[in-house]
Amino acid sequence: MTYLDHAATTPMRPEALAAYAAVLADTGNASSLHASGRRARRIVEESRETLAGVLGVRPSDVVFTGGGTEGDNLALKGLYWARRRAEPTRRRVLVSAVEHRAVLDTVQWLGAQQGAEVELLDVDAAGMVHPDTLAAAIDRDPAAVALVSVMWANSEVGTVEPVAELAAVARRHGVPFHTDAVQAFGQIPVTVGEEGPDAITVSAHKIGGPVGVGALVVRRGLALEPLTHGGGQERDIRSGTLNTAGVAAFAAAAATACALAPRESARLAALRDDLVRRVQEKVPGAVLNGAPLGGPQRLPGNAHLTFPGCEGDSLLMLLDARGIECSTGSACSAGVARPSHVLLAMGAGEEHARGSLRFSLGHSSRAADVDALVEAIGPVVERAGRAGALAGMTGG
Amino acid sequence: MRVLAAMSGGVDSAVAAARAVDAGHDVTGVHLALSRSPESDRTGARGCCTLEDARDARRAADVLGIPFYVWDLAERFETEVIDQFVESYAAGRTPNPCVRCNERIKFAAVLDRALALGFDAVVTGHHARLDPDGTLRRSVDPAKDQSYVLGTLRPEQLGAARFPLGDSTKAQVRQEAAARGLAVADKPDSHDICFISGGDTAGWLRERIGSRPGPIVDSRTGQTLGGHDGTFAFTVGQRRGLRLGHPAPDGRPRYVLDISPVTSTVTVGPAEELDIRRLVADRAAWPHEGVVTCEAQVRAHGGVVAAEAEARGDDLVVTLATPVRGTAAGQAVVLYDGDRVLGGGHIRVTAA
Ligand SMILES: Cc1ncc(COP(=O)(O)O)c(C=O)c1O
Repeated sequence: MTYLDHAATTPMRPEALAAYAAVLADTGNASSLHASGRRARRIVEESRETLAGVLGVRPSDVVFTGGGTEGDNLALKGLYWARRRAEPTRRRVLVSAVEHRAVLDTVQWLGAQQGAEVELLDVDAAGMVHPDTLAAAIDRDPAAVALVSVMWANSEVGTVEPVAELAAVARRHGVPFHTDAVQAFGQIPVTVGEEGPDAITVSAHKIGGPVGVGALVVRRGLALEPLTHGGGQERDIRSGTLNTAGVAAFAAAAATACALAPRESARLAALRDDLVRRVQEKVPGAVLNGAPLGGPQRLPGNAHLTFPGCEGDSLLMLLDARGIECSTGSACSAGVARPSHVLLAMGAGEEHARGSLRFSLGHSSRAADVDALVEAIGPVVERAGRAGALAGMTGG
Repeated sequence: MRVLAAMSGGVDSAVAAARAVDAGHDVTGVHLALSRSPESDRTGARGCCTLEDARDARRAADVLGIPFYVWDLAERFETEVIDQFVESYAAGRTPNPCVRCNERIKFAAVLDRALALGFDAVVTGHHARLDPDGTLRRSVDPAKDQSYVLGTLRPEQLGAARFPLGDSTKAQVRQEAAARGLAVADKPDSHDICFISGGDTAGWLRERIGSRPGPIVDSRTGQTLGGHDGTFAFTVGQRRGLRLGHPAPDGRPRYVLDISPVTSTVTVGPAEELDIRRLVADRAAWPHEGVVTCEAQVRAHGGVVAAEAEARGDDLVVTLATPVRGTAAGQAVVLYDGDRVLGGGHIRVTAA
């Protein structure tokens, strides 16, 4: 099998798996006062310190969550509610047009149900939000802005956003800035100086940890309303018995991923460049979407290509039948591939958007994976192109 | 053979796919997403486009151990089936959207795409038989037979179709599903029109066509008996829901005889005026020469009458030996020889 979908989830790293299994085999609620509880608590706090270390924040800034989706929800709803309570006129929510659905659907809900005025920030043809765009948006009514959220790196096209500059713009206006760093973390440096974002979402399963664990970094005593009420385990922001094994595995994965990242990102970028070059050799019409290769504005493991005249889901199915696994981008709840909102926001036409595939590399990717794809892609595109022609796709 | 199994999420298509697997084919399951904004749960026993149906189809594919995908045909379905349905009603006809869906979606868009992608055939859970020579025949289960909604398909459309259920009754299919551990074994059958949730066709049409009031006129006297707010709420042959104030002079019930959307007039009259002896249909599938003696069926789940059919140019002219009542333009006429389907077309004109 050729797994080219690491951005969806990546295999657990051996260190994480070992930590996970070891802690799972032990009993102990990190909130209990006896020896087993203390043992579990110690693991949680050591894991928190590890994560804080690689993120460049204080351990007390790290709130463990049940994953990236929860982290995004907690950040956006929690911030919006807290801001609105303090200043009822702060209802503007500014997010990029290319966010993951965990952000977009959350702010749409805030708009539909909670009185938020949601504004989507435009991106350029590479999917990037320009700091000027954010500044101009805030300037339209600065006193009404509740929060800003722009992802660190895009989950579909891998574009790395200028988060430091965007955070600085928000800071100048005294507006809290959240970033979804689920795709960036462990791939590129996500270290946060004093000037960085106020809240950062990360998730374990994208870096070789288990599914269902993540963290929200909440800095400088930023006020946040909780989503869940209960035991108040995580600073009263997040309740629920701590997932000790998950947290330990997350920390182990983060430590490994971040330690290896400088070398690993060069290796993945080289592999990815090879993939794009050789796929385009086989399919000369294939178009790379997003930021250029080789630059710092693109995640090293991301290759996102449009095959004009083909439907992405035909390509996916034909590759899947040959044991090659990739993604068309955004899947809706029924499993229907819709034209990606990210590509549409980047200015692509609907047909261009429908004909795209994301190949994402990760720690277990090897040259043989690229070879397998390169070997299969020609006939697959030819076949999908025949089906696309019947459906009226022009290939233009 | 590489086979694409269209899986609606119902019991029939699940068992059809299972039989294709048993026959040794390399089967891939595909659920057709036909609705732009699928509802998450089915309300009652209708429809095939809810997210729950997609989930049921996926679970059936899991049990069969076959790959499974969802194909988004919502746009195509909207233009080819739903829009045509509305236009057809607006023009005073009574369309059959299942016939249309088979002609334009399942055995056109889906079939073409499947063949282009390298599949050799498309399997569905229709209750009909397809002989190796391409002859379409009725299912062995007369109550569930669906040959009528397939009867207008052209030979090349049927050529790559496979209907593995035609030799079984619905009860047998359900039993088999249960024996195979398919959770959809006792899922209720879908009836009604899948894109009209709630089953209120007239209300659904009113939303799209808008109200267009007009008179209800007696065919014999020319007298206006009542009013209506849109001809789309009527079907030729309809008796119920006319809400006519006064009884007919002869005291017998009145039926819708004719619908004229241009003047928004609905004409009603006694049952015998509904009698139709001649039909002219668009010749959808009629690979025969000369006058053919046969039996005609003019509505789903309707009976058959002896008939003679003959192609005249692009028309198919059907003469019925005994009259049928309440046949509406827009419906399909399917012609049989015993249980063999000879062909069919879409009724355009009817005459006494
Ligand atoms: C950018 C981004 N945000 C959020 C998520 C959701 O994270 P999780 O799967 O941990 O809920 C994902 C992963 O699908 C993602 O790529």
